[in-house]
Amino acid sequence: MAETALHTPSPAVTREVFVAELRRLLPADGLIHEEAELRAYECDGLSAFRELPWAVALPRTEEEVVALLQTCHRLRVPVVPRGAGTGLSGGALPHPQGLVLSLARLNRILALDPFARTATVQPGVRNLAISEAAAPYGLYYAPDPSSQIACTLGGNVAENSGGVHCLKYGLTVHNVLRVRGYTAAGEPVVFGSLAPDAPGYDLLALAIGSEGMLAVVTEITVKLLPRPQTARCILAAFDSVRAAGEAVAAIIAEGIIPAGLEMMDQGATIAAEDFVHAGYPLEAAAVLLCESDGTPEEVEEEIARMGAVLERCGATEWRVSRDEEERLRFWAGRKAAFPAAGRVSPDYYCMDGTIPRKALGEMLEAIAEMEREYGLRCLNVFHAGDGNLHPLILFDANQPGEWERAEAFGADILELSVRLGGTVTGEHGVGVEKINQMCVQFSPVELEAFFQVKAAFDPAGILNPGKAIPTLHRCAEYGRMRVSRGKLPFAELPRF
Amino acid sequence: MNAIVDRLREQVLAACGRRRLEIRGGGSKSWYGAPDPDAEPLEVGLLSGIIRYEPSELVLTAYGGTPLREVEALLARHGQWLPFSPPHFADSATIGGAVAAGLSGPTRWGHGALRDYVLGVRVLDGQGRVLRFGGEVMKNVAGYDVARLFAGSLGTLGVILEVSLKVLPLPPATLTLRFACSQDEAIERLNRWAGQPLPLSASVWWQGEMTLRLAGARAAVEAAAARLGGEVLPEAAAQRFWEEVREQRLPVWNLHEGEVLWRLALPPTTPAWADAEDALVEWGGGLRWLRRPVGDDSWFERARAVGGHAVRWRGARAGERVFAPRGAAERAIEERLKAAFDPDGVFARRLPLE
Ligand SMILES: Cc1cc2nc3c(=O)[nH]c(=O)nc-3n(C[C@H](O)[C@H](O)[C@H](O)COP(=O)(O)OP(=O)(O)OC[C@H]3O[C@@H](n4cnc5c(N)ncnc54)[C@H](O)[C@@H]3O)c2cc1C
Repeated sequence: MAETALHTPSPAVTREVFVAELRRLLPADGLIHEEAELRAYECDGLSAFRELPWAVALPRTEEEVVALLQTCHRLRVPVVPRGAGTGLSGGALPHPQGLVLSLARLNRILALDPFARTATVQPGVRNLAISEAAAPYGLYYAPDPSSQIACTLGGNVAENSGGVHCLKYGLTVHNVLRVRGYTAAGEPVVFGSLAPDAPGYDLLALAIGSEGMLAVVTEITVKLLPRPQTARCILAAFDSVRAAGEAVAAIIAEGIIPAGLEMMDQGATIAAEDFVHAGYPLEAAAVLLCESDGTPEEVEEEIARMGAVLERCGATEWRVSRDEEERLRFWAGRKAAFPAAGRVSPDYYCMDGTIPRKALGEMLEAIAEMEREYGLRCLNVFHAGDGNLHPLILFDANQPGEWERAEAFGADILELSVRLGGTVTGEHGVGVEKINQMCVQFSPVELEAFFQVKAAFDPAGILNPGKAIPTLHRCAEYGRMRVSRGKLPFAELPRF
Repeated sequence: MNAIVDRLREQVLAACGRRRLEIRGGGSKSWYGAPDPDAEPLEVGLLSGIIRYEPSELVLTAYGGTPLREVEALLARHGQWLPFSPPHFADSATIGGAVAAGLSGPTRWGHGALRDYVLGVRVLDGQGRVLRFGGEVMKNVAGYDVARLFAGSLGTLGVILEVSLKVLPLPPATLTLRFACSQDEAIERLNRWAGQPLPLSASVWWQGEMTLRLAGARAAVEAAAARLGGEVLPEAAAQRFWEEVREQRLPVWNLHEGEVLWRLALPPTTPAWADAEDALVEWGGGLRWLRRPVGDDSWFERARAVGGHAVRWRGARAGERVFAPRGAAERAIEERLKAAFDPDGVFARRLPLE
């Protein structure tokens, strides 16, 4: 179990008193406080960090949410909102003296208006459920994280989640019109509007991607888009990762914004092929998936243009999906890349930096070097179109020291992302995981400004405290640690 | 440029607690919002120039005072554009001013709003802090999205020193169609079409005429035009028309003595109001412009009642409300955000917190 060092105002009550208060607010099946049952909530998708909360509340109504927030605010008990728990940065990691507020039972689609092309849903609705409900009207919700069968819209809003189609169709922030919710003190708030804009500051933009630290979201209205008439996907192979990276830049330079543009290196291709039999070329150093969608004429035109670019850029092989079944098979491998990594290694650690596309080759060479330095393998999958990398570092948590090495490996990748002009997280959030790297990306005054933004919404500091924004004290500690790591005794010896 | 930033910081710190400053790029939108007659201008026009632009990265970074037309001309040379077609309102318009005003033009309907394209900013706040938020990459969730908060903040939080915007390739084909129909018919048709896979870009309904712009792949535009019908506007005339809409040069925007120009942002399916047949309707029904005699305040309430909001765009008299009120909790948050970046209130409240 990793040490999480959460800092917060300390509760004004004991656990027992707190649980007794909650019992008055919720029916018996809406409250969990026995250790055995609490275990199910001890972590999110990043299982290296675990913590047991005081209790988990599972409200069914907004009134219960408000009552819970007011009680926690009065008793100064930290509140950690939670959706499906698929987050990959420890955003929903419990606070050891706090409440986990699960929004999973607020799971109704409240309205779907095909004429206005909007859906209004509760936060516990799963991402894919919206597109399923909209399908009869020829509409869908565009952001499609690979976790879409499980993750909730509340979680998507909190993380500003993306998907393989966000190069063309945008992230959560581009597809949410309005959220309703409550501040940590339990006051109702509305951010955004069903009109094209809203008066005042863009509080919706702040709320999206705020990792559950600014408000608890209880209702979300999303934009629905008309489903493209057709889509086809090119699978292209390259004999070097650099050539594949150059092809990505060349497609964009050609004036094309593909519906999807993804890259996998050989390790990831082999692992995925073994798992879902997508038909990937196994001898290729890198595989690109380039999707085009639109009218049949449009798709044909774009596929031909992309094919020409791929050829010019030295693709050793490329083929176009013949039918919908094959297109889905091409994607199945990419979408299953994480579980595929889970099959070839006892554990994997998924990174999420974003870099300017032109730095892709440099980054990959550096990662290959780090594999040697840390003695761990890394599979690489990328949302190549927007420079968002998901290196999957393979390790075995049961081998002493391997997790620590994986963590240091990951930190190196993230810090290199910043040096290359990018960011430590493209879509998974900072959570507890990347909090140290925030010290590298932001200056002390910028971190101070983030704390002020947090305080503007939550002056008492009750909502998901200790996540996403490091204290200056923590950054100072981290700075010292990184320096000493650089001066390890016997630094020249391999560290594995 | 560092010397210019240092100078601006000195000016801000010197004014703290003594004077209020109104940030001024090119002055092209200085009439917009709630003016503060006592504020002194803080000129940022010297902070000009493109910092980085690589077409294949789809990102452009420029100093806040860079002329908007310079940015657009550079993009055009590389076959790219700002898909939200920001209004200029004068030749002097700057990119920082466009972001601070947060305004989008006619193509906002099909391609998204200015705030959707903001990737990062470097700002000078009211405490003299130079802060960088967001960045130059397309996906970035490190820290709160403060860069987008600055879009539309009307200079109340700080000076936008630099801004990074996502840019896109120009659509390969465009076509403008014109149809005769009533306002209600236009709203009905545009919403219905928006639910279908059509390359819609911009729309205007005015005085019984609906003008529709298509933009996208050539094949898609041709197929849509064949399906939708209407009369094709010659490309030169079409370009002139959309520029007139973007720059608000059609007669509906000519304000007469004793009138107010209202901007109504509404859920796009809101039916036409019987007493608003003279409106100009943009964005598929989502944006409506009306001229009304001064003293008629009902539009704030009427817009709110249907889920939208009104802005007294032009013609507000001293002390009159310009923007719609927000709820109590939202207002408190806005106040605290303003205090975080500008505790002494050195920047004029062109966007009043009310
Ligand atoms: C196999 C796999 C594939 C993935 N693929 C992608 C991908 O392609 N793209 C991508 O972006 N992400 C991906 N993810 C990450 C994850 O699925 C997303 O971050 C998702 O949005 C989390 O949703 P959740 O409901 O599980 O939220 P949780 O993990 O429960 O919570 C995430 C954060 O949201 C907050 N939160 C949850 N609900 C609310 C609410 N109602 N109000 C306020 N705050 C709230 C929590 O406090 C926490 O900080 C993947 C994860 C896995 C395991």
